[in-house]
Amino acid sequence: MRAFSYERATTPEAAAAAAVATPNAKFIAGGTNLLDLMKLEIEAPTHLVDVNGLGLDTVEPTDDGGLRIGALVRNTDLAADAQVRRDYPLLSRALVAGASGQLRNKATTAGNLLQRTRCPYFYDTNMPCNKRNPGSGCAALTGVSRQLAVIGGSDACIATHPGDMAVAMRALDAVVETVDAEGATRAIPMAEFHRLPGDEPERDTVLNTGEFITAVTLPAPVGGRQIYHKVRDRASYAFALVSVAAIIHPDGTGRVAFGGVAHKPWRVEEAEAEMPNGARAVAARVFADAAPRPDNAFKLPLAERTLALVLAEAKE
Amino acid sequence: MKFDRPAEANASDRLLVLGQPHSRVEGRLKTTGAAPYAYERQDVAEGQLYGYPLGAAISRGRILSMDTEAATAAPGVRAVVTTLDMDPLPKDSHNVNRLFGGADVEHYHQAIAVVVADTFEQARSATNLIKVEYHAEQATLDLSEVTPPETEPAADTGDFDTAFANAPVTLDEIYTTPAQTHAMMEPHASVAEWKDGKLTVWTSSQMIKWWRDALAKTLSLDVEDVRVESPYIGGGFGGKLFLRADAVLAALGSKATGRPVKLALPRPLMTNNTTHRAQTIQRIRLAADNDGKLIALGHDNLSNTPPGGDGEDATSQSLSFYGAPNMRIVNRVAEMKMPESNSMRAPGDAAGLMTLEIAMDEMAERLGMDPVEFRALNDTQVVPSNPKQKFSHRNFVDCLRHGAKEFGWTNPAPASRREGHWLIGQGMAGAYRGSPASTSGARVRLQADGRVIVETDMTDIGTGSYTILAQTAAEMMGLPIEKVEVRLGDSRYPVSSGSGGQFGAASSTAGLYAACVALRAQIAERLQADAATLDFRDGEVHDGTRSVSLASLASDGELVAEDKIEFGEFRSKEYELATFAAHFVETAVNAYTGEVRLRRMLAVCDAGRILNPITARSQVIGGMTMAVGAALMEHLEVDSGRAFFANHDLASYEVPVHLDIPEQTVIFMQQDDPYSTPLKAKGVGELGVCGVAAAVANAVYNATGVRVRDYPITLDRYLDRLPEV
Repeated sequence: MRAFSYERATTPEAAAAAAVATPNAKFIAGGTNLLDLMKLEIEAPTHLVDVNGLGLDTVEPTDDGGLRIGALVRNTDLAADAQVRRDYPLLSRALVAGASGQLRNKATTAGNLLQRTRCPYFYDTNMPCNKRNPGSGCAALTGVSRQLAVIGGSDACIATHPGDMAVAMRALDAVVETVDAEGATRAIPMAEFHRLPGDEPERDTVLNTGEFITAVTLPAPVGGRQIYHKVRDRASYAFALVSVAAIIHPDGTGRVAFGGVAHKPWRVEEAEAEMPNGARAVAARVFADAAPRPDNAFKLPLAERTLALVLAEAKE
Repeated sequence: MKFDRPAEANASDRLLVLGQPHSRVEGRLKTTGAAPYAYERQDVAEGQLYGYPLGAAISRGRILSMDTEAATAAPGVRAVVTTLDMDPLPKDSHNVNRLFGGADVEHYHQAIAVVVADTFEQARSATNLIKVEYHAEQATLDLSEVTPPETEPAADTGDFDTAFANAPVTLDEIYTTPAQTHAMMEPHASVAEWKDGKLTVWTSSQMIKWWRDALAKTLSLDVEDVRVESPYIGGGFGGKLFLRADAVLAALGSKATGRPVKLALPRPLMTNNTTHRAQTIQRIRLAADNDGKLIALGHDNLSNTPPGGDGEDATSQSLSFYGAPNMRIVNRVAEMKMPESNSMRAPGDAAGLMTLEIAMDEMAERLGMDPVEFRALNDTQVVPSNPKQKFSHRNFVDCLRHGAKEFGWTNPAPASRREGHWLIGQGMAGAYRGSPASTSGARVRLQADGRVIVETDMTDIGTGSYTILAQTAAEMMGLPIEKVEVRLGDSRYPVSSGSGGQFGAASSTAGLYAACVALRAQIAERLQADAATLDFRDGEVHDGTRSVSLASLASDGELVAEDKIEFGEFRSKEYELATFAAHFVETAVNAYTGEVRLRRMLAVCDAGRILNPITARSQVIGGMTMAVGAALMEHLEVDSGRAFFANHDLASYEVPVHLDIPEQTVIFMQQDDPYSTPLKAKGVGELGVCGVAAAVANAVYNATGVRVRDYPITLDRYLDRLPEV
């Protein structure tokens, strides 16, 4: 870990301004990912802006019948929130499928969205990694890639977004609200929040320098059976090989987003028209452009079969 | 004391304390955080500095230069010691790879520098300021690319080729097991103080004497000038048998600064820096007559090691487990510059039974036999490759039959049972693990307050050594267990067997038995009585006419006795001593996703007299849990181009979590083996990991009808062969 300076922000705008004022500054909330990365010098911020004192820790109804989730609502609290459990059980289920109880107690809503990939080469500072060290190359392309992306990757990066919460939020059409140093706000649909790696894999999201997440909003509840199924090599405390976040209505229509397959939660809205026709039809459309590697090609049939399971469960 | 013939009835047989379910005597210290592990030894060596290691960034080559200027100038840094500062350090006989010194890099994350600073953070941060220039060479770590070396068979009995060729029912399959890492909770850690030419190391070691000797050799010190202390160990599994870089770097850091230095290997460094279980490729050939009697058994194993090492001999159990008149057992070892493959819990047998016990299951199916009956039919009471050598005691068949009954074994047809979205299967396997013993010493000190203090350099790596040694001394001296204090893991104490190879419990309790017999003799002499007639009971010694309290015997000063047990050749040459088990597993496999959820596990163990059913059970269920990892998830991923294990942390090397482990039942057959030790006990710490993975594999097969011969059995290996959904 490199030495860094530290301050506590008093308002979201001040937090954003502080992050702009010092080059290579980072916000810190739960620190469940950032601190690990700092210890390994994968992240080496010169300045930390602690946002834990900003409040932003409530879940409140919005005027249009949805929910506004404060950026600092802890994962445990969000999963247990009565409104979330009643109206957005998909989100609750995705949250409790992630990490461990201890981590969820600390991890925040905004921080969860910003967690970095778990690619083994990102984590090993001796290895080339364009995400960690732009221009150094991608070791995963010639290395082990069983956990990595099967779609949406590039010649520069085949990392995945490792989270669960964002996959559910993608299916729920969540919107990320931010504020910048000038006080300007913007609302970023979850579909656009995470980037594909392209030739800039070091940028996980579309956030600008210093831009601070204040909340995530959910539109009015959409009902339906909401199922999050996460497949992994052990039963808990592991990152997804594939996860499926699905909302299925009695008539067989619905939505589905996939985790563990791409640099962002993967949802293809056009494919959802095939939902009544079953998992194979949906998967064929969702993964039409897939480019798996030999050791992760199994994720494609796994994604289809997991969706088939979820569709079967929705009928029960 | 020489143990040169089978044990007769003796004072340990009363089983007033031994054999009883005592919970761990040091449990309270551990659960309250009061048992200090190596990195927590604030109670010793004042003024400790912090060391942090740097690992090589390449897998093979040479270091051209190291620029330490920035690191040396960093805040709080007291010393930077690099591998270029010295010639390669002498290598102890137990180490295969060198630990430090010189410009050559033989494997990834080889230790190449240590930074010593006032704080941990300063040391860690400064380590990253060292600039290293390498000349990298191409290395390999991929066993599948190796041409197997020609090797003389370990056993070649009868006429294997003819027997195999002519048999009515045969099996010839290739199986693989991956490299595994120990992943013990406590990393390798040491505090070292090098002062006035003497070195003291507080560390985490399974084998005190080996470490002491290795430190002396590696650092060119006299053995008398080295002290090693390791009273508490947070897991070892063979990873702490041999001296490791943490102790060497801490010692070098202390020498450089004149202050004690503490150092732990960071978790991401451990996998490639220390030792691992080697990957194996195994060919198994079985041939049987139509009644299911094995005619031929061939086991051909290939593993890899750095030059001079042994690899993973997955054939070891096949020499002794099942009777077949024609055998060919070959163990091939490919040498390559690589991270050191070496002992991990039940080395050899664990990997060998993972495959042999699948093969036995497959063979039973080809024969149309119940796998329990097939194994029972092929039991042997003599070593098949050396029929003159009898098993001292072998009740494997009882384990099979008792287990089948307790489990409710029905030998269901493959892919025949479904509950909702889950395919249900049952599997079983046999287990075999040798029961060696080695010389072990102890000292007992009777105190004026009637307590007995036990001192031995034996270690407790979480296994329960403290407890069974306390029970042994209490039994022998007629004391309640509370009156015994056990002191372990200090090179000032008598040399013991140490912990490893499933020899620790049997050997160290036998050594303590010998010391207690010596103390009883001293007391008899003091009382001018015949030791054989004395009865030690309730803190007193009775000779038929009088009763004397033990406390009074030490009122003028403690009574001290020391002895060691030495095992005669009859134990290893005339008889084969081993432990046996039968494992039964029920599992569910998701018909859509292939996810595996175990439902229940049963182990029935034949492992001699059980000294403590609680700690023995803990050993077995720990082994079973580890084997679930081996069966379903654990594998070091080989980056073959870069020749290193890529998933070198605990986020990416997955071991089982609570949710992976179902109800586990352990039954001990409780049969004394007088050929083993005076206490008639054997080891059980490695038996629990043997065979279990195959039982899981067989249960997955039984659930799905899909046979997987490559571990771990992750869903990607069979998803495409599951029924359409």
